[in-house]
Amino acid sequence: MNDMSRTETGVNLTDIKIAARKVQVHYGANHAIKDVDVDINDRMVTAFIGPSGCGKSTFLRCLNRMNDTIPVCRVEGEIRLDGDDIYDRRVDPVQLRAKVGMVFQKPNPFPKSIYDNVAYGPRIHGLTRSRAELDEVVETSLRRAALWGEVKDRLAAPGTGLSGGQQQRLCIARAVATSPEVLLMDEPCSALDPIATAQVEELIDELRSRFAVVIVTHSMQQAARVSQNTAFFHLGNLVEFGETSQVFTNPKDPRTESYITGRIG
Amino acid sequence: MTDAAFPPARPRGGSLLEPDARTLRRNAAEARFRLYGVTAIAIAMIALMILLISILSHGTSAFRQTFLHLPIALDEAVLDPSGTRDPAALRKVTTIGYGRLIDRALGEAIAASGITVEGLGKSDISRMVSRQAAATVRSAVLADPALIGTTQEFRILASSRIDGYMKGRVTQDSAARDSNVSPAQLHLADALRAQGLLGTSFNWRFITDPDASELRPEAAGLGIAILGSAYMMIVVLALSLPIGVAASIYLEEFAPRNRFTDLIEVNISNLAAVPSIVFGILGLAIFINFAGLPQSAPVVGGLVLTLMTLPRIIIPARAAIKAVPPSIRDAALGVGASKMQTVFHHVLPLATPGILTGLIIGLGQALGETAPLLLIGMVAFVRDYPEGLPGGLFDPASALPVQIYNWTQRADPAFAERASGAIIVLLIFLLAMNAAAIVVRRRFERRW
Repeated sequence: MNDMSRTETGVNLTDIKIAARKVQVHYGANHAIKDVDVDINDRMVTAFIGPSGCGKSTFLRCLNRMNDTIPVCRVEGEIRLDGDDIYDRRVDPVQLRAKVGMVFQKPNPFPKSIYDNVAYGPRIHGLTRSRAELDEVVETSLRRAALWGEVKDRLAAPGTGLSGGQQQRLCIARAVATSPEVLLMDEPCSALDPIATAQVEELIDELRSRFAVVIVTHSMQQAARVSQNTAFFHLGNLVEFGETSQVFTNPKDPRTESYITGRIG
Repeated sequence: MTDAAFPPARPRGGSLLEPDARTLRRNAAEARFRLYGVTAIAIAMIALMILLISILSHGTSAFRQTFLHLPIALDEAVLDPSGTRDPAALRKVTTIGYGRLIDRALGEAIAASGITVEGLGKSDISRMVSRQAAATVRSAVLADPALIGTTQEFRILASSRIDGYMKGRVTQDSAARDSNVSPAQLHLADALRAQGLLGTSFNWRFITDPDASELRPEAAGLGIAILGSAYMMIVVLALSLPIGVAASIYLEEFAPRNRFTDLIEVNISNLAAVPSIVFGILGLAIFINFAGLPQSAPVVGGLVLTLMTLPRIIIPARAAIKAVPPSIRDAALGVGASKMQTVFHHVLPLATPGILTGLIIGLGQALGETAPLLLIGMVAFVRDYPEGLPGGLFDPASALPVQIYNWTQRADPAFAERASGAIIVLLIFLLAMNAAAIVVRRRFERRW
């Protein structure tokens, strides 16, 4: 059940960051992802859309091996980051996750100060040598997450005391602080109001200049607004994958069209 | 504003102003339930009040003691006939010799103050002084032989019946029926008190002195029991906190889910329900008979109580670790923290208040536990203080709950008062531990 044909979609193949081939995911007896092939381009936003339970979040969590923490979960196939198979036995998932950062659906700042939230990653990875350097990383990360102006006077305040949208941007700053190469976002705006959503979307567009961004979203408008490439998942299958404009205006598969026009999902 | 009339009432399913039968029944059920709750709380509070009042009314008098204030002439002819002040020679004079000096001093004091009481023989008067008094004077002299030949003011214990009379436990009526004390002695005690020779004062020695024999309840103290309990708590804390927390973290965060870990889990829950006396038998078999550790030693008591406390610490600690939201673990793993960094940087700090609560409940139970200690010989009568740490862990000692159990078994009613006093000390220890837990917990909760 693999309907996509990359050569026809015209997706730019020159700068592929992550390439997934024939990925299968099983949760115990449940076959959650079937034969998925996806290419994630560097410095572009790739959106995963599809109805609830279609496997888009599961697939996203394969890309930084967060599924390893679920004992019944089994991943087959190949996922290559810059040509290295991330499921190779020699790969340490901890090192992988420093390269492939993640932002979760619900804002989940640590119950620590704003500063410590952002500084945590650089600290455990030993990215900075001095306090001044760490201060700088924290400031750049918060600036990149468009949060610096709002929190620069209260870096010692608890991160959990911020508003929902600010918390989510803090989580983005925390993910950015470890200088990842890929940023995975699992429905980052689903808990936010429209204004905070707009801020985060704007931010995603800026982050694109430095990282490959993969975003799972329930909102097709959001996918259309922020992404360059879109993958449509349905019942564990990758139904269609191509440039966002093409997927939304001229879907090849009837199921994609039904979903986009609101007939299924 | 127009004052248009309301549309006419249309009672279709009954007016809202009159609650229907179903609503009334529901509200009545809720009111009844609240009443049950208030009643339950009230019963619990009353039971607690009765307990506290009874313990305090029986026990507070144990902290006061009746003393005689006497100038005692330390006669050289009795204490050091050779005049050499040789310690070996001084030691040869037993408490019987000192007892005579006290009797003489008491007789002189009575004569000097002009008290006359009918029907009192010499031995009746000397029985008003505690058997402990001679030992008190003797040890003072042995500590400082220069006192010999001088007259010193001593504060010596009165006998337990005189003490009871001062505290209202013994009356003229009960004395008439008691072979150990006569009404005449009580009259003399009244007269001595009027002269300022006899009086009650706060009794530090109840807290610091070792236990005393059945014949000297007035001299019995909790010193060794408090030390023994403190030593055991140190052992329990030092062993059960690291082992318990490490076991909980491993089982909750690292252990694979399989039959073996399921079995461990079931057994931990079962162990928490095992009667404590079973742990005593286990301790006797393993630590004393097999490992050859000494009987009555706090280290064995501490080990047994650790075994008993461990499951009671592990279960709440695991619950506290499980209660940390998974989103925090995801967040830490997502920025590339290792499993261990996730646990120690994020999960453990958030679980600490819960772990501490479990720890304090476990320690409190261990502190009040009697049954297993009986089996490992901590009921023994111990007069010598254990040494300081860590050697003292291997010296014989008693424990607070065992001391209470011991005293309640003794015949003299003066020990009942002392048992209640010991319960107050035990409760103070428990309250202090709980207070410490609250302080530590607050500190961890505030730390971001």
